[in-house]
Amino acid sequence: MATRITSTLIDDTALKTLHRREIRQQRLRVILTPVLAVAGLLLIWELCVYGFSIPSYIAPAPSAVAATIVDQFPLLLANFWPTFYESVLGFILGNLAAIVIAIIFVHSKFSQEAFFPLAVFINTIPILAIAPILVLIFGAGYTAKIVIAALICFFPTLVNMVRGLQAVNPQTIELARVLSASTWEILWKIRLPYSLPFLFAALKIASTTCVIGAIVGEWVGADVGLGALIIDSTFNFRAALLYATIFVSSGLSVFLFATVSIAQKIVIHWED
Amino acid sequence: MPASDSPALAACLDHVGVRFGAVTALANLTLDIQAGGFYTIIGLSGCGKSTLLRVVSDLIEPGDGQVSIFGNPPPSARLAREFAFVFQDATLLPWRTALENVELPLQVGQKAGVSLNKSDLSPRALLEMVGLAGREDALPHELSGGMRQRVAIARALVCQPKLLLMDEPFGALDEMTRDHLNIQLLRLWQETGVTILFVTHSIPEAVFLAQKVILLKSNPGRLKEIVDIDLPHPREIKLRDTTKFNHYTSYLRTALESC
Repeated sequence: MATRITSTLIDDTALKTLHRREIRQQRLRVILTPVLAVAGLLLIWELCVYGFSIPSYIAPAPSAVAATIVDQFPLLLANFWPTFYESVLGFILGNLAAIVIAIIFVHSKFSQEAFFPLAVFINTIPILAIAPILVLIFGAGYTAKIVIAALICFFPTLVNMVRGLQAVNPQTIELARVLSASTWEILWKIRLPYSLPFLFAALKIASTTCVIGAIVGEWVGADVGLGALIIDSTFNFRAALLYATIFVSSGLSVFLFATVSIAQKIVIHWED
Repeated sequence: MPASDSPALAACLDHVGVRFGAVTALANLTLDIQAGGFYTIIGLSGCGKSTLLRVVSDLIEPGDGQVSIFGNPPPSARLAREFAFVFQDATLLPWRTALENVELPLQVGQKAGVSLNKSDLSPRALLEMVGLAGREDALPHELSGGMRQRVAIARALVCQPKLLLMDEPFGALDEMTRDHLNIQLLRLWQETGVTILFVTHSIPEAVFLAQKVILLKSNPGRLKEIVDIDLPHPREIKLRDTTKFNHYTSYLRTALESC
């Protein structure tokens, strides 16, 4: 009897170690599989370019793109910063405006009924159609690009924020009324914290779309920025530079997305 | 001096009527709640049990009749923090720890003119009183349903209310936890001397807790009967197996069926 118990205990610890090893292997597999898949695709691409002798102005080999990133690094960086500033400023302005307007909508049914349809209408106009109008209004400087980036962030945040501010349990609002909390106290101590998960869901979308907004703005009229570099390298058949620019643009989106994700983990510390 | 001004009355409802559009939730309800008593309110769904608590707590203004809480109209009783409300949902703020949730009533309402009568017991001591010593820094999602409801009770007591309104507070809990919290609530009632108005849809719970059971009829909600529960204190779970207890429950069950 005693020996059986001991052997069960040993089995148990052995099982736990085995289980831990399995988890570690699984984690490794989750990371390794996509990395190997991408590496494989890049290799096939590289082989195709050389095997079928595809001219580099049509499709450059991955190695050529990598070489361009290194060679043209100063040029890429000089065009990275304007797009970075436009995206980040647009992100901040667009989201701030959306948050403020969502707060007004939630507290005034009239303003929501009056202006929400307008917000929906503006959202239905393609950003490519609005961009030239904004460049005409604000000129070829940074302002137009910032406004376009802000506009593209605005709508998803507005919709999510209105939902988030209204997501409070009705009994919690009753509790606040029994405690004689003012509208401001309810907003600050209850509604805003409750809306944060909704807000961050929208900010994650906005962190990638604001870069698209800035680049679209640069296409319409700019001589600096990643968008301008994309247009320039396309018309000059500098395919490797075009691919390198696209790579940097998506890097910018990934960076902003990761920043928002980390901020979310820090701010919303009460969720698992 | 009219009876409604007597300080011995915790709450006084005088021909109170509440309508929601075409639906009459409460009709012609007259009710005196003695200070220090433990009242449970029971009735079929839609009989206005929750509406009654909301009229007393100034969440709903009655269309007809008068309500007074310790001789004052509900809004001034609210500002004096004479009553506190415990909901079926614990309504804890998920980003605040247990202790910070208990402190919430001390942090809001000042702008509206609330006068704080802070409890002699600190928020920490109140958590200890409801059996949560050592869990002050736990977030709501780290606590069980019963623990969350106990935090809500501690929060309700932080301004030392004279009247505690409870709307099916243990309705969503399992039976064992509910029994345990019933015992705790009775002990707390005897220690603090607070008046309790407790809505439930469990007949045994209503009998076990109450000095008086208020039976409401539905469509429209109105008073059917007030049943005195003549059972000794302190009460233990064993009480539920006695003939006298079962006599009360079967009486109430029959009365509810004829509503």
